[in-house]
Amino acid sequence: MLIDAFSEAVILIGSADPDLYEIMLLSIEVSLTALIISVLLALPLGTLLAISQFRGKRLVITCLNSLMAMPPVVIGLLVYLMLSRSGPLGVLGLLYTPTAMVIAQILLITPIIASLAHQTMEDLHLEYSELFQSLRVAKLRAIPVYLWDARYSLVTAVLAGFGRAVSEVGAVIIVGGNIDHLTRVMTTAIALETAKGELALALALGMILVAMALLVNAAVMFVRTFAQRNAYV
Amino acid sequence: MFNPRPLAANLNEPVLAVRSLRLSLDGQELLRGLNLHCYEAGVTLVMGANGAGKSLFLRSLHGLLPAEGVIEFAGRSLSETQSEQAMVFQKPTLLRRSVEQNMQFAAPEGTSIAQINALLSEVHLNEKATQPARRLSGGEQQRLALARALLTQPKILLLDEPTASLDPGSVLIIERLIQQASDAGVKVIFVSHDIGQAKRLASDVVFLHQGKITEHSSAQNFFKQPVSKEAQAYLAGELLI
Repeated sequence: MLIDAFSEAVILIGSADPDLYEIMLLSIEVSLTALIISVLLALPLGTLLAISQFRGKRLVITCLNSLMAMPPVVIGLLVYLMLSRSGPLGVLGLLYTPTAMVIAQILLITPIIASLAHQTMEDLHLEYSELFQSLRVAKLRAIPVYLWDARYSLVTAVLAGFGRAVSEVGAVIIVGGNIDHLTRVMTTAIALETAKGELALALALGMILVAMALLVNAAVMFVRTFAQRNAYV
Repeated sequence: MFNPRPLAANLNEPVLAVRSLRLSLDGQELLRGLNLHCYEAGVTLVMGANGAGKSLFLRSLHGLLPAEGVIEFAGRSLSETQSEQAMVFQKPTLLRRSVEQNMQFAAPEGTSIAQINALLSEVHLNEKATQPARRLSGGEQQRLALARALLTQPKILLLDEPTASLDPGSVLIIERLIQQASDAGVKVIFVSHDIGQAKRLASDVVFLHQGKITEHSSAQNFFKQPVSKEAQAYLAGELLI
């Protein structure tokens, strides 16, 4: 049975099955959109936290680090409560749409990227702060310098965020509803097809997910090797 | 080459005046009421055993540490002269960029590529301009840090053991540049352990011991007839505790 399912899965991938590719493309679209928005929020946030001094900084960092461990189903539930008809944003009618899934993924991965960026930037700030003081580099001018000089380490953080987003199931199934041709993504489809006993599609999607994970890791390795060779990390 | 800006000083006014300079960190008093008046331009060498407070003194002069007291350069306050200072640290901090990009980062507005190349050539790094700065050897990194500091056209150049553990070739290049800057009127304040280097470069010597200045005299007098027993012991190669 397993061998049959595996063979069928390979055929599904090889034959460019439209259902399979529709699910895969929606997954990538949702996760990439969430990633782009998260990066725009998380990188400046992580940098500002690293180079600024203010009351309650430790509390903010602790909260951020704690949010990294927030269970996706809880995030899904919170977004559901906000977007449901009786919720404060219910009027927007976003529940069970890809937009709702994007929002859930943003909430899920922004703390991860911000926290990793903060750690990277804190180390860089420790190294650069005296030089910047000496050269009288203003904070606003320093932020893009930090972002640029930490770019290779930050790519790792960003790819980690993408990996987390694309493999997430708990939050997107709550706010997306796993609706065929509308909000069905790879992870929710795997859960559904497995429950139905349709192992071929589940396995095919699983193989694509694993391939994407490998690709992301290979990209991380490549970036790190290149950066280390040039002493950019 | 670079165009240093001499520190315009009234002859009756000290080039560097330090009054009651105190620095405490974590409840520990590290600089204990320093007073110093340097009337000469040239190279003022700060010497003393490890832990005497030399680097803290230099960082305080650059405004990097919250020291109390008065610091004046040619009659002007520290805050007024900070933009005229440049500092080279013992461990050079280089951006994760190429050699020339490190120079461009520090370059004042209007600096031409030719000026950058001329300075890189002075420190024998013109052929490595496009290489990652952090791939350079220790001596090359320090030469780049000095070239970058000189590119800002400082009137006051603060150097914290810039030649410690460097190869003789790099030391020679760095000393030559320091001497050129000093000859052009830049006030150089230089922390060093190297007695030979002090004899080659210094016009006057400030000796620090346990956070206090125990002696300030011309280099000639200092090396011939040191007055304080701490300086005598230091020059004799004894351990100072």
